[in-house]
Amino acid sequence: MKHRLFASLCAGVFVVAACSSSSTPTPATPAPTSGGGGSMAPTEGASATPDLSGKTVTVGGAFVDVEADRFNEAMKPFEDATGAKVEYSGDKSFEQNLNVQVQAGNPPDVALLPQPGGMKNYASQGKLYPLPADIVANIDANYAPGWKESGTADDGKVYGVFHRVNLKGLVFYPKVYWDSKGYTAPTTWDEMQTLMSQMVSDGTPPWCIGIESGAATGWPFTDWVEEVMLRTVGPDGYDAWVAGKTPFTDPTVKTAFQDVLDIWTNPDDVFGGINYIVQTNFGDAPPNAFTDPPKCVLTNQGNFITTFFPDSVQADLDNQVGVFPLPAIDSSIGTPGEVGGDQAVAFADRPEVWAFLKYLTTSQSGESWQKAGGALFPYKDQDLSLYSSKLDAAFAKTLVDAPAVRFDGSDAMPAVVGQGTFWKEPIKVLTGSEDLDTALKNIQASWPSQ
Amino acid sequence: MRKFSWSRVAINLTVLFLIVIWTLPTVGLFITSFRSKETIQASGWWTVFGQLGSGQFTLDNYDKVLFGGDGMATAFLNTLAVTIPAVVIPILIAAFAAYAFAWMDFPGRRLMFISVVAMLVVPLQIALIPVLKAYLTIDLNGTFLAVWLAHAGFGLALATYLLYNYISQLPKDLMESAALDGASHFTTFTRLVLPLSVPALAAFAIFQFLWVWNDYLVATTFLGIDKDVQVMTQRLVSITGSRGQDWQLLTSGAFVSMIVPVLVFLGLQRYFIRGLLAGSVKG
Amino acid sequence: MQQASADVPRRGLGQSLVAGVGRIAVSVFVPIVAFIVLWAGFIFLRDSGANKLVIVSVAIVWGIGGVAMLYVIANWLTEKLPNAWQRRILPFVFVGPAFAILTFYLLVPAVITGWESLLNADGSQFIGIDNYTYAFSNPDFIVAIRNNVLWLVIGTLFSTVLGLAIAVLVDRSRMSRLAKTLIFLPMAISFVGASVIWRFVFSFQPEGQPQIGLLNAILGAFGIAPVSWLTGAPLNTILLIVILVWGQTGFAMVIISAALRGVPDEMLEAGRIDGASEWQIFRRLIVPTIWPTIVTVATTIAILTLKVFDIVIAMTNQNFNTQVIATLMWQQAFTFFDQGRGAALAIILLVAVTPVIFYNLRQFRGRAI
Repeated sequence: MKHRLFASLCAGVFVVAACSSSSTPTPATPAPTSGGGGSMAPTEGASATPDLSGKTVTVGGAFVDVEADRFNEAMKPFEDATGAKVEYSGDKSFEQNLNVQVQAGNPPDVALLPQPGGMKNYASQGKLYPLPADIVANIDANYAPGWKESGTADDGKVYGVFHRVNLKGLVFYPKVYWDSKGYTAPTTWDEMQTLMSQMVSDGTPPWCIGIESGAATGWPFTDWVEEVMLRTVGPDGYDAWVAGKTPFTDPTVKTAFQDVLDIWTNPDDVFGGINYIVQTNFGDAPPNAFTDPPKCVLTNQGNFITTFFPDSVQADLDNQVGVFPLPAIDSSIGTPGEVGGDQAVAFADRPEVWAFLKYLTTSQSGESWQKAGGALFPYKDQDLSLYSSKLDAAFAKTLVDAPAVRFDGSDAMPAVVGQGTFWKEPIKVLTGSEDLDTALKNIQASWPSQ
Repeated sequence: MRKFSWSRVAINLTVLFLIVIWTLPTVGLFITSFRSKETIQASGWWTVFGQLGSGQFTLDNYDKVLFGGDGMATAFLNTLAVTIPAVVIPILIAAFAAYAFAWMDFPGRRLMFISVVAMLVVPLQIALIPVLKAYLTIDLNGTFLAVWLAHAGFGLALATYLLYNYISQLPKDLMESAALDGASHFTTFTRLVLPLSVPALAAFAIFQFLWVWNDYLVATTFLGIDKDVQVMTQRLVSITGSRGQDWQLLTSGAFVSMIVPVLVFLGLQRYFIRGLLAGSVKG
Repeated sequence: MQQASADVPRRGLGQSLVAGVGRIAVSVFVPIVAFIVLWAGFIFLRDSGANKLVIVSVAIVWGIGGVAMLYVIANWLTEKLPNAWQRRILPFVFVGPAFAILTFYLLVPAVITGWESLLNADGSQFIGIDNYTYAFSNPDFIVAIRNNVLWLVIGTLFSTVLGLAIAVLVDRSRMSRLAKTLIFLPMAISFVGASVIWRFVFSFQPEGQPQIGLLNAILGAFGIAPVSWLTGAPLNTILLIVILVWGQTGFAMVIISAALRGVPDEMLEAGRIDGASEWQIFRRLIVPTIWPTIVTVATTIAILTLKVFDIVIAMTNQNFNTQVIATLMWQQAFTFFDQGRGAALAIILLVAVTPVIFYNLRQFRGRAI
């Protein structure tokens, strides 16, 4: 079963099936030492563990509660080794408040930004400090291709270090129900359509979808569109679109939107229909798959969605939940991986800040969180066996073995689009108050002219 | 006049009906705050009446909000710390100005008064960034003082307006006899007008209290993300998450933040009504 | 403070000189000391890491005491001036602080915003009225205007009329105190709280699923399919306005109720004796008497409706065509980082509210000012 899961993930996920079929974790490569760094070497000389006792690094991010505890836990090795203190302050409204903080002149030393677009904004305003050469070297060595690029601003300098990340384009289903119906995971889009019809005739709408999300309402729709884009125009075409070279009004983009809309606006295919989708929180829709009988079956989301499943399901994840990657549309392209994650950026230029960021490029900074569960890390040298669930280990392996990853498009686009029109215009189309062409035109019109 | 009449019954019934519809939504939330997220989504709050004692009630929401480490207890103190001075500081300033506009004659009086009242039109959102930048130069951001001054500033227009309304209608002969006795404006103000204006001052105090207590925007802008100083509205929004995930915590959170304003209102409503009474008599 | 000028004993020249210098010295010294004390208080309040209780207590003392002291000193200084000057300066001593503070916090930002509305997104270029033409040609903005009109008309009308009706009714019932308290209570609830409360009124679940929203549950009891209240415009805006009315009616009611007390009973009795019905008494006697109060209440609520922001953001996040000018302004300035457009919208809002203020101010013409 484990084997099949791995195999199904590997077979579909990448352009080149580069992952091994065995389930042993990739051998750990030693993390590069911090000696001989750039201009930010600590004054004590090029020692691997600089003495920073008494110094504090303030960190701001959007996660709180349990996640914040686990983050603090994961930072302990750094604190123990250097004597510095890491003060994490989580605020779920972090994204909105940070801008005010920056304007007020008191941002935290390090901010965990969920959007490259946001990072680019601050970088272009001159508020961020670029990473020194030794940290960039760590990134080159320890991360799959694509992560560095997502942390790079328009000036070509690298500003962001990725720590905890997520993988998207995963379709979850309730395993027990699935097995009882004898469904099989589709490997092509057409097969998925067939599966959907099968489910409809069995009397259950296939999809559980909710896009309400406070100020971020609408983001799951963008994820679906991005995943379809990746599967239809491939990573290079995707890059062109995210960079603004391919306009939203392009036929390929329109088709991608249409493909998603065809499913979402079909009342048979989605539980509750459009009205339910637009008013239901993204975390409230998936649990519908675990009622008895399920109200819907499939959830296309990122790996973090497991924390929104009912407690009983989370306690028994490997037995209750099945996953398959969103299938390929074009078999020659396959299913490139879409990822997301917070990148740590520096608002301050001090030795302890750089030491901290360097720590974040090493697998040690994720170990305790791996064991606790609820996080994925991109490090090539990580020990996959530390993950608390086989599911997580499998996801991480995908990340590590990826020939290339692509960052969540709406997060990578300029904020005006990625957090603005791309979120809002589709809602109008979904509720029927606007037609698709107008929406695409509006989104494209909002793209800031360079 | 206490004779029985159908119209009295009708009136009483109508009022009862009004009371019910006005309080029903709040009652609904109150009941909901004692239910778990799953039960909230599974059935309407009115269903609890058929299942009292079924054990579906939980103090979990209150527990998480008050003691969940999200700092609501601290936030409660912070809200008190922010609100009281923000109410107290503008009162005097507005009272002096209101008196001057009402009972002193000086060039530009009309223009200045109009400007002051005209400030009521300004949406406070536009003031946030310029004031923020100004505060930056004197390193004021993130402190309570920043918020007190901001609230005082934003509340002065309404305060002056309300107090002017009241003070301008104090009996003219009272003012005149005070002047005849040789009292200066200052004495008249401190010994005569202020004490007489207590109802109006109380009325404004209530308004300002409610406004500051429930404010989110000004607090977020000037206090920032440091949990140590955040007020309850900020923590509430934060608890629910910028992606709206933990909305069930809002049910209890809303009540926790509501208690004090309600108590304040109940305690001061006598003054409140009196304060506005005199200000509006005979237009 | 009486000027006991008639009783000062005559002094020698030297004494007068010393007294004069002394007086000047004191006049300079006292304000300086006062200023230092206030400044120290300011610094303390700003920088101190002391116990919160201490800081708050200091703030209250500083707030009342400090402000009072400022006035006392300013007044004392002014009284030292010759009478003519005194009369000229004293009003400004009284009015100055309020005017100065308002200028800093509201007037100057308003002017800055006016200037910014003529600049581009990051303020680097002058683009004239481009932002305004963008606004008026933007379909989202047109919808926002329509919504604001709905808010203005329906919100103000219903809050005021209901407030009036309830004030009249409640005063004649036995539960007047209770009713007034309960109906005013929503004003004490924050917008965030109100949004949660009303979420459980408007909530929508698909047909066949248990309804958790009051309205849909009532519909369900009559066998009607659930309605998605908040996604269809303009009904959703009207429902949001209901939330405002729920909160503001209490305000109107309390103020009007107070004004009603001032209506002379003899006048009403006379009307009744003349055979007028209650309705006629209401329309012909009561309403005209308290008309200025009604206008005050209505204009205050009107201003509120035009500035409405929190309810829309909290309930629908300005989706489903519920946006209003204030929410659009916020989006432009803080989500899209376009300061110019945000500023233009703010100015438009300002201009829209101004007529209401003027109508309100006109009332004062009948009075001392």
